Amino acid sequence: MKRIVLMGNPNIGKSVVFSRLTGAEVITSNYPGTTVDFSRGRACLEDERVEIIDAPGTYSLQPTNRAEEVAVEMLRWADLIINVVDATNLERNLFLTLELLEERKPMILALNMWDEAERSGIEIDKKALEEHLDLPVVSTIALTGEGIKELVEKLHEARTPADLKALSEEEKWIDIGWISKEVQKVSHRHPGLADRLSEATIKPFTGTPIALMVIFSTFWTVRLIGEGLIAHLFEPLFELYRPLAMKMSAALGPGMLHDLLIGKIIDGNIDYVQSMGLLTTGIYVPLGMVLPYIVGFYLALSLLEDSGYLPRLATLSDNLFHRLGMHGHAIVPLFLGLGCNVPGALSTRNLETRKQRFIAATLLGLAVPCTAKSAMIFGVLGSYGQGYVFLVFAALAMVYVAAGLVLNKAVRGESPEIFLEIPPYRRPGFLTILKKTWMRIRWFLAEAIPFLFLGVLLVNVLYTVGFMEWIARIFSPFFEWWLAIPGEAVVALLVGFFRKDLAVGMLLPLGLNAGQMVVATTVLSLYFPCVATFAVLVKELGMRDTLKSAAVMAVTALLVGGAMRMALIG
Amino acid sequence: MQIPVTTLKAGTAAEVTALLGPGSSFQRKLRTMGIREGVRIKVVAVHPFAGPLVVEIGGRQITLGRGIARKIMVRAED
Repeated sequence: MKRIVLMGNPNIGKSVVFSRLTGAEVITSNYPGTTVDFSRGRACLEDERVEIIDAPGTYSLQPTNRAEEVAVEMLRWADLIINVVDATNLERNLFLTLELLEERKPMILALNMWDEAERSGIEIDKKALEEHLDLPVVSTIALTGEGIKELVEKLHEARTPADLKALSEEEKWIDIGWISKEVQKVSHRHPGLADRLSEATIKPFTGTPIALMVIFSTFWTVRLIGEGLIAHLFEPLFELYRPLAMKMSAALGPGMLHDLLIGKIIDGNIDYVQSMGLLTTGIYVPLGMVLPYIVGFYLALSLLEDSGYLPRLATLSDNLFHRLGMHGHAIVPLFLGLGCNVPGALSTRNLETRKQRFIAATLLGLAVPCTAKSAMIFGVLGSYGQGYVFLVFAALAMVYVAAGLVLNKAVRGESPEIFLEIPPYRRPGFLTILKKTWMRIRWFLAEAIPFLFLGVLLVNVLYTVGFMEWIARIFSPFFEWWLAIPGEAVVALLVGFFRKDLAVGMLLPLGLNAGQMVVATTVLSLYFPCVATFAVLVKELGMRDTLKSAAVMAVTALLVGGAMRMALIG
Repeated sequence: MQIPVTTLKAGTAAEVTALLGPGSSFQRKLRTMGIREGVRIKVVAVHPFAGPLVVEIGGRQITLGRGIARKIMVRAED
């Protein structure tokens, strides 16, 4: 099958072109928990079945970070290149175009964001550009789909220019200057509302309060959506399911199978949080407790991403992140990680050096609670009072900063500064947002639910064979002495190795006081990410660094837990 | 006279005259982002505590760490 690779600078609507070309036939999402960070799809173009690959954006073919390395890698597999070019920024984009030409593969140019270029007073003579480059050129507006049909029809015209000299970098820039002067007319325009908004949101004194407001309203929205979905959709659904589950329980009768599938019957009824059966807690935790917030979170995140606000937030927060050994880009793993640590860990590859990636990944696993962790914290401590919930989140935030300051000093290596293009604000497309949110939710369902099932299964089996009690007996003296929590809570901490959210059900019946619960929850959140995140960390950092990272997490958890015990329990 | 772009106040502009700094890959990165000799660079915002600079080139804004910005020399205008 013919392979078509989409290449271009970052942030120019490549992925939108990709989803236009592949349509409903996209087989993987933007955040696969798999090997590399590209999307692959199939399509039938002009009666020919082709594979289309969306490579990560890059400014040149000399990669400066791992995401760009992936892009260069993709190029080797290409039978045909669609070079997506930002029509509003022709001059800069042409450098990659000239480099791509030297690969001598059939190529076609898509001048994307044609409408935006027209609006901002940029006129490009397509015919002249075609002649200069000796390539077919198509103008597209990927967001509305305009020009995509023409792009497909012209694919067979893709070619390598007849006479092509290898140019040095300097010669390329001279060429580019000349070409853009010949084909492009730029007329001056007055700054509009978007420009003024852009300035206000990136200047320190106006931007900071706006950023705080945006973050606050994001979380408020996530909570609103999550709670709304729980109250009006998921709770009623699970109440409908309850009689069926009870019937199954009665039909199974007491025994191993009952314990495994339904779990404990508490006060004559199934308790979805504490029963710990595969068909009760195993379904309820991911669907009834975590999914509603995931929906809200990914909706909000997609809006922030597509509007263009995130790079501004990265700029404003650069000062903080730079002191923690990273730079403003680290806001992306942080934000994604609040949804689920796995895509968060994957996105660390946008950072340039090993030091930065190590710090970002360690802080992520340590102190960035994913939706499941957050749901756990709310679920466990909510009944004790919102103040205790706040206490745990405040502790996590402090650990993030403190551990970052220490790691910045302790980890050897370079920590380059921020270098980030700020895209203009764009109105997010309603359907694009929905599609993106849906893709991420689907990914969560496919990844998280099997893990949770396995977690419940493993926990139940380990209980049955007495392994849990055995481990608890070994470790509980230490934990009782150091953290002042009862031995049974240690089991919950252990279960947290597999699924943090499952540990909830195990902490609740222990009758801990508020202080103990705060300590247990904080330690549970800190000491280790879930198994899925661990697997990604191994892939991204390598085994050695992952083990180091895990050691940092474990030590920090015990130190912070001990300190909190002193403060809260005495 | 050449001065680094970091000495400009927010809201002012000047012409880029030279890129200092280590190696061709650093300079290539600047150039591929549009920061080249001869172009006009405008300082949009200067973040406090040695924070990043936001500059505008050809209608596009770019955030640069202070250390990177120090290596961009511009012609002093007065």
